[in-house]
Amino acid sequence: MSNAVVAQHQAAEQLHPVLGRLGWEALPLHEPILIATFIAVALGGLTVFALITKFRLWGYLWRDWVTSIDHKKIGIMYMILGIVMLLRGFADALMMRAHQAMSFGENVGFLPPHHYDQVFTAHGVIMIFFVAMPFVTGFMNYVVPLQIGARDVAFPFLNNFSFWMTAGGAVLVMISLFVGEFAKTGWLAYPPLSGILASPDVGVDYYLWSLQIAGVGTTLSGINLIATIIKMRAPGMTMMKMPVFTWTSLCTNVLIVATFPVLAATLALLTADRYLGTNFFTNDLGGNAMLYVNLIWIWGHPEVYILVLPIFGIFSEVVSTFSRKKLFGYASMVYATVVITILSYLVWLHHFFTMGSGASVNSFFGITTMIISIPTGAKIFNWLFTMYRGRIKFEVPMLWTVGFMITFTVGGMTGVLLAVPAADFVLHNSLFLIAHFHNVIIGGVVFGAFAGINYWFPKAFGFRLDAFWGKVSFWCWFIGFWVAFTPLYIMGLMGVTRRVSHFDDMSLQPYFVVAAIGGGIVALGIAAFLIQIAVSIWRRKELRDTTGDIWGGRTLEWSTSSPPPDYNFAFTPIAHEMDAWHDMKQRGVERPKKGFVAIHMPKNTGAGFVIAMLATAMGFALIWHMYILAALGLAATVIASIVHTFNYDRDFHIPADAVTRTEDERTRALAAAATSAA
Amino acid sequence: MTASVATHVNGAPVYYDHAGDHHPPNSTMLGFWLYLMSDCLIFAVLFAVYAVLGRSYAAGPSGADLFDLPLVAANTALLLFSSITYGFAMIAMQNKRKSQVLAWLAITGVFGLGFLGIELYEFHHLIHEGAGPGRSAFLSSFFTLVGTHGLHVTFGCIWLVTLMFQVQKLGLTPANRRRLMCLSMFWHFLDVVWIGVFTFVYLMGVL
Repeated sequence: MSNAVVAQHQAAEQLHPVLGRLGWEALPLHEPILIATFIAVALGGLTVFALITKFRLWGYLWRDWVTSIDHKKIGIMYMILGIVMLLRGFADALMMRAHQAMSFGENVGFLPPHHYDQVFTAHGVIMIFFVAMPFVTGFMNYVVPLQIGARDVAFPFLNNFSFWMTAGGAVLVMISLFVGEFAKTGWLAYPPLSGILASPDVGVDYYLWSLQIAGVGTTLSGINLIATIIKMRAPGMTMMKMPVFTWTSLCTNVLIVATFPVLAATLALLTADRYLGTNFFTNDLGGNAMLYVNLIWIWGHPEVYILVLPIFGIFSEVVSTFSRKKLFGYASMVYATVVITILSYLVWLHHFFTMGSGASVNSFFGITTMIISIPTGAKIFNWLFTMYRGRIKFEVPMLWTVGFMITFTVGGMTGVLLAVPAADFVLHNSLFLIAHFHNVIIGGVVFGAFAGINYWFPKAFGFRLDAFWGKVSFWCWFIGFWVAFTPLYIMGLMGVTRRVSHFDDMSLQPYFVVAAIGGGIVALGIAAFLIQIAVSIWRRKELRDTTGDIWGGRTLEWSTSSPPPDYNFAFTPIAHEMDAWHDMKQRGVERPKKGFVAIHMPKNTGAGFVIAMLATAMGFALIWHMYILAALGLAATVIASIVHTFNYDRDFHIPADAVTRTEDERTRALAAAATSAA
Repeated sequence: MTASVATHVNGAPVYYDHAGDHHPPNSTMLGFWLYLMSDCLIFAVLFAVYAVLGRSYAAGPSGADLFDLPLVAANTALLLFSSITYGFAMIAMQNKRKSQVLAWLAITGVFGLGFLGIELYEFHHLIHEGAGPGRSAFLSSFFTLVGTHGLHVTFGCIWLVTLMFQVQKLGLTPANRRRLMCLSMFWHFLDVVWIGVFTFVYLMGVL
């Protein structure tokens, strides 16, 4: 049956005029796991709702968070989104590990295959788009303006809108858990499996629209941060005096702007195949599924560098701060970052060596892939040499950094193994690959996110995180990771493939049991992290930092109070050296205590939230083919955007005496801290 | 970075801009350029897809069978003229002539709508002949590339009308001038993309 015929068939299918394909059968009433989850989520949601109402926090949440265009609050909201989604994505991981450990021979496990397929797809999509991306974007949002001595990002309203688009995408993925289903195609939804013939249900549509909506947010946030870094650096801060984290953020955002449009276009073409009966990736009428595979990886490979580059930046900041030394090889670090940015575009084909490109093409991409390990290796040596003869303090961020250097290096080396096309023909699609990319993503991105959270938490909240529970969390993650993924490496070498929900070879079971135990240890690490946050809030008085520079930092974010005032800097700092704040401390520069002037700031607005939620509602309507509602949603989104452009009153001044009051308070706090220290 | 902020006074470095002189320059133009480049990549993907699939006729009609070059040439002329008239609007803006700006914008909008009208006629005609987007991969990529450009022109027209209201209401304020500049870049960008479409899709399609 040709695709066009399918489209006609669908059109003839009885669509409800308003509800489209949505009906009672979309609710998973026959899936006990989902019902239990739904009850838990509903009860949790009701509790939160009741608590917010009881303490009358709705107004506060709306005024100070939802509508906030303050880059610091938006950064924190990104981090919270990432943590919440981490719990969901990790629940998927635990289900897979538990299921695979059981599902041998007679035992069919507890997940039916169609459910298992959704679980591994959702796990990948959530972990990349709604955990790793919010973490990375959250760090960049929070830290970059502070590091470059700016008062906000270049486009504060856009920043708020970007966040809510990302959150809207996450909401759609979460809805798919209880209304309908998610894709069963794997996280990149290759056609023809993801086409309308093989996947006629709404799962792939949830996938497409949630990523499309979140992707708009990511692209705009990338544009925003590039403009911020290019245009808003403090006087004197030339490019080669920028903090390394800001450099890596710049490169990451360049990659975002240069690749997310490719993802948007690719997903749009698949959407057209599914909704309009076009033949881009179909098996007949001239379609070419390999085109999709190429396009999606032209986005997909740079994406892994989008995730890991800012993380490299975090490790650079952490290593130099806790080794009490200038970063070794700053210039080589910058060049390595830029080289990785460029090379990340020239390797995408290594994701499908086995799919018929031929020996010459495979050789080219195999070699470029191996070359990428050179700048990455240079970075590892730079961090090691920074530690060499440093006075290292093993605070929690530093533990994560050392854990990263060990784990990530192994992951990098297995990556070089996979880069050999001949070896890849054996290892492709095996658990060895799974172990490899978890090795770099967990060992790199996740470890880095935790290092960053422990490092900058005191900046954001004015008290540090409890070190004991931080260390428990680190050791559980570190040990748990290796226990979970070493068996996967071994099984991968033996030829066990990925995405399999049932095994007949009983000799494999012990490996899966060990992997499941590893997953359990990682779960303890996540629990310890949540306990760490709770304990720290409980003990916040003891953990308080009044100096604003708790670790003896080197970059400008540590020159402000913790948390920084809304305007970040009462007077714009002027940079003379690479580590501007360290330089100021060395020279004994006095913090200005008087003569404050009014500060020009952007105003909060609810427009970003409203437009993003309308777009999300439109996405939901399109998923279920509710075409009337979708048209209304599109019209409402466009009209809301136009209405927003009629608002010209977008900024205000913080009066000089308000600035003086805030700064005087800090002067007193610093004096009190100095007295108690003496 | 603003040049007016002194980083040294009498040879000694200063570390804070006490006068509050540091005002980061407006980033809108840079930001909008970056947006246009990201949009350009969307078109790059669609052109690449057309390059791969553009000869996959699936035993259906080819470009030589379908394209009506005189009509497309007329359409191209409309769009090119609309770029010129937008340019006149920008000159009028530099001369601070509000009514002239509005008049040229209106003419630009009429050209834009004319372009869209002809494109819709062409699409309708093709679909009517059985050469719709589902007929072959060639037609899928044709409709998507040309249609995405058309969607951009549509949003450009909506934006243009909105801006006319705003200029009418508030005059050529700095904010409105900035917006006119952005739409100008957007409009010329669509023109450049169309030249690519005209060359690679229509002219090379009838070869």
